[in-house]
Amino acid sequence: MNLAFYVHIPYCIKRCGYCDFNTYTPSELQITTGLKSITNSYTNLLIAEIKSARKQVGDRSTVPSIFFGGGTPSLMEAADIESIITAIGSEFDLASDVEITLESNPDTVDREKLENFYKAGVNRISFGMQSAVPHVLATLDRTHNPDNLYQVTQWASEVGFKEISVDLIYGTPGESKADWQKTIDTALSLPITHISAYALIIEEGTKLAAQIKRGEVGLVDDDLTAEKYIMADSAFTKFGFDWYELSNWAKPNSESKHNLAYWLGHNWWGAGPGAHSHLNGKRFWNVKHPNLYKQKIDAGDSPVADSEDLKESQMESERLMLSIRLPSGVEKSTLNEKQILDLSGYVKSGHLDKGNWDSGRASLTLEGRLIADRIVREILL
Amino acid sequence: MPAISIAKAPQPAATNPAQIRNFCIIAHIDHGKSTLADRMLGITGVVEDRNMRAQYLDRMDIERERGITIKSQAVRLPWRSGIDNEEYILNMIDTPGHVDFTYEVSRSLAACEGAVLLVDCAQGIEAQTLANLYLAMENNLTIIPVLNKIDLPAAQPEKFAIELANLIGCKPEDCLRVSGKTGAGVETLLDQIVKQIPPPIGDPKAPTRALIFDSVYDSYRGVVTYVRVVDGHLSPRDQIQMYSTGVRHEMLEVGVISPEPMASKGLGVGEVGYLITGVKDVRQSRVGDTVTTYNNPATVALAGYKDPKPMVFSGLFPLEGAEYPMLREALDKLQLNDAALVFEPESSDALGFGFRCGFLGLLHMEIVRERLEREAGLTLISTAPSVVYKVTLDDGKKIVVTNPSEYPDGKIAEVQEPIVKATILAPSEFIGTIMELCQQRRGVQKGMDYLSEDRVEIRYTLPLAEIVFDFFDQLKSRTKGYGSLDYEPIGEEAGDLVKVDILLQGEKVDAFSQIVHRDKAYAYGVTMTAKLRELIPRQQFEVPIQAAIGAKVIARENIRAIRKDVLAKCYGGDITRKRKLLEKQKEGKKRMKMVGRVEVPQEAFIAALTTDSDKASEKKK
Repeated sequence: MNLAFYVHIPYCIKRCGYCDFNTYTPSELQITTGLKSITNSYTNLLIAEIKSARKQVGDRSTVPSIFFGGGTPSLMEAADIESIITAIGSEFDLASDVEITLESNPDTVDREKLENFYKAGVNRISFGMQSAVPHVLATLDRTHNPDNLYQVTQWASEVGFKEISVDLIYGTPGESKADWQKTIDTALSLPITHISAYALIIEEGTKLAAQIKRGEVGLVDDDLTAEKYIMADSAFTKFGFDWYELSNWAKPNSESKHNLAYWLGHNWWGAGPGAHSHLNGKRFWNVKHPNLYKQKIDAGDSPVADSEDLKESQMESERLMLSIRLPSGVEKSTLNEKQILDLSGYVKSGHLDKGNWDSGRASLTLEGRLIADRIVREILL
Repeated sequence: MPAISIAKAPQPAATNPAQIRNFCIIAHIDHGKSTLADRMLGITGVVEDRNMRAQYLDRMDIERERGITIKSQAVRLPWRSGIDNEEYILNMIDTPGHVDFTYEVSRSLAACEGAVLLVDCAQGIEAQTLANLYLAMENNLTIIPVLNKIDLPAAQPEKFAIELANLIGCKPEDCLRVSGKTGAGVETLLDQIVKQIPPPIGDPKAPTRALIFDSVYDSYRGVVTYVRVVDGHLSPRDQIQMYSTGVRHEMLEVGVISPEPMASKGLGVGEVGYLITGVKDVRQSRVGDTVTTYNNPATVALAGYKDPKPMVFSGLFPLEGAEYPMLREALDKLQLNDAALVFEPESSDALGFGFRCGFLGLLHMEIVRERLEREAGLTLISTAPSVVYKVTLDDGKKIVVTNPSEYPDGKIAEVQEPIVKATILAPSEFIGTIMELCQQRRGVQKGMDYLSEDRVEIRYTLPLAEIVFDFFDQLKSRTKGYGSLDYEPIGEEAGDLVKVDILLQGEKVDAFSQIVHRDKAYAYGVTMTAKLRELIPRQQFEVPIQAAIGAKVIARENIRAIRKDVLAKCYGGDITRKRKLLEKQKEGKKRMKMVGRVEVPQEAFIAALTTDSDKASEKKK
């Protein structure tokens, strides 16, 4: 059996205004000793969970990918990352071509640290670039200097990383089309092999949501966001980055294996507070707060907060929801008559590809990708 | 203490008509009629203090909550006059207080010889009260003007005494002053009822004639019919007969209310009471009909019987299609107690199966809807109210249209619409804005009188259709709540009317069609299309919204196709969250109505058909 690993690093120096991820700043944790001491002891908790994962899974599964996400994984010492990778490798079998990704804030790394991460076993690095435009970064409440991106990607390339990715955000309040074009062009000038571009979601309870509510920050027009998606797709494609998932583009053979594991419904283990796992139709997730997580692990208890055994219809719904996001789409032979009838309207309206439809697949066109959720709702069980 | 115990008081069927006084109280909704009635029950001793509860006579919850009385009742009150120290029986007949129930009011008035005109002396007389006062005066009732709520700091008894004196032609000092709340002046009022109101006159030997002034369905007893005996008498052994239908009924019980029902040996001339026959449906015991005996039937009916005629029609649809059978059951049940309610099945492309219901007026409609929702636990959508149009086609054929969807396309020679005489009372500072409103609503001014220095009565004739379309709310907001309205139908007139259809993606949506005056068709079309553009969510294709008269499009809006409906990311592999979100959205979609290929949310129907803009915006808050 294959088992991918997601390792959650729930710490940030500062919380960005749009972020509702499960991450914590030193002030939120009420600690004054800095983040280093936490991350050291935190590593031991993760290793403990990895050991218990082995017990639960049973066999020595093959691990095709490990993904360090956050939070800010680049705050971790390379030695800690290495000991986590080693722990996974000693409990399970790392695939010979294992993909090990680490998310990195451009501000928290230098050449040496990148080199140490590479030496620790990380072979894919993903930088949170978000935008190349200072006022957009300011609205997002990001602290990094956009000019650093060229430097850090260059360093990453120099120290040996073959797979380098950037994360972009579009649809930030106040971002013009020209702003977004500048971000696209800047990203494409970097020595990278992969781009993730996400439309900004204003999440309830974030600082940005409050600013919008108070009228300090303007609203975002969905139509404009849709146009930005099309701008991005056209530019990325022109530069040899093809879409392989709605929000992800890659040079040939540089698709993220870990990312695809989610969309293909593979098994993965999520380690750390709030991390989600999926094992053969069962989903479970850990308690969210790092302190509670620590208590559970220290006491030898399971950190799982809750779980869901997927019914067949739910599994099928998830399969549709996830696979429609890929260029291969959904095989028509797996759909019932009603679903095919419901979808045929979208072929007529140009949201599903006519050629693929006729040869047996429901796959999204560019316009269709923009309304993927609407189309999935149509055929959800 | 002038109260006499019920046991020692003159008994039903054995009371000399000369000792009887039949009266009603004419008052506006919140002018304190129920409180005064409560006080009278207490002072005459028929309700002991410890059993007293507020608004004793209002039975239905809905009445108590809204402070209005829908169904009248008659209470027998024994009273020893403080003037001549004689014993009397006062029958207090409670009258409905609203515009829609004019006919029921007129029958209640016909059962009385006198009326107490009760006016809140902080507010002055209201239009509906005035209309009922005129009705009482037409019935030659003795009017006793009474100013209520004299205990209030804002009371202006001098001012409103002049107003009342002008209206009924008495002197300001003839107006009695009472407080239902404190009881001040109520004994004097009872004495004056005895003194001023004449006793009933009738022939005890003539064939029995009793006027039905109310009939109420009771789930235990069946229909309880309230009557006033004019001639002859009713006894428990009689077989009675309804004059209008000739149908015979066994008498199961006859009695009086004091204030709980008490069986009696009968009812004599001038007496007021109830009878129970085992009938299960109020339509077999109609208000205004004459009750006579089978063995010695009267040959002449009492004057004034009319069939209640619905004036306003609206479609009622259950929000959940599966609740249709429950709606039918609830309407059937309601009809047992409401002779004026009519309904027949209706189906709408947009709203599914429901019923086309006819009502006496807007309040009646609101009450029925509220009772259906409350008593049967239904959630209903009601379509915009419509009046009855009489359409003559080019070929001379005549049809009656109560639903815009039945309105013929073209080939119309003439359309007759109902016209009402409207009376509006308001402070004189609002004359301008009221006249402007009536003008906009195709009103024709018929006259204006000052009731007092700063209050006017304005009379207009208006098409009823203009009144059912948020007129009352407009009046209230233009007059800061001080304006009051009464109207009564006076016939029909030809109007230049057209049907405006609303089309979504070229498909007509029957629920949105409306019959309007040609001059207003454009404005209606523009408003409706704009409203729908706001209310209908964007679809994956462009949706044109058109307003059209026949084939001619008069207004158009466009809902642009949705461009983006996708979440970019699943956070940390939280697939469950995303699936649940999609499932929830799919549930929401099930509550949409499909009009052709267009998904229209229920809220769009409700909001678009809500004529009452004030209420709609309040809900939004």
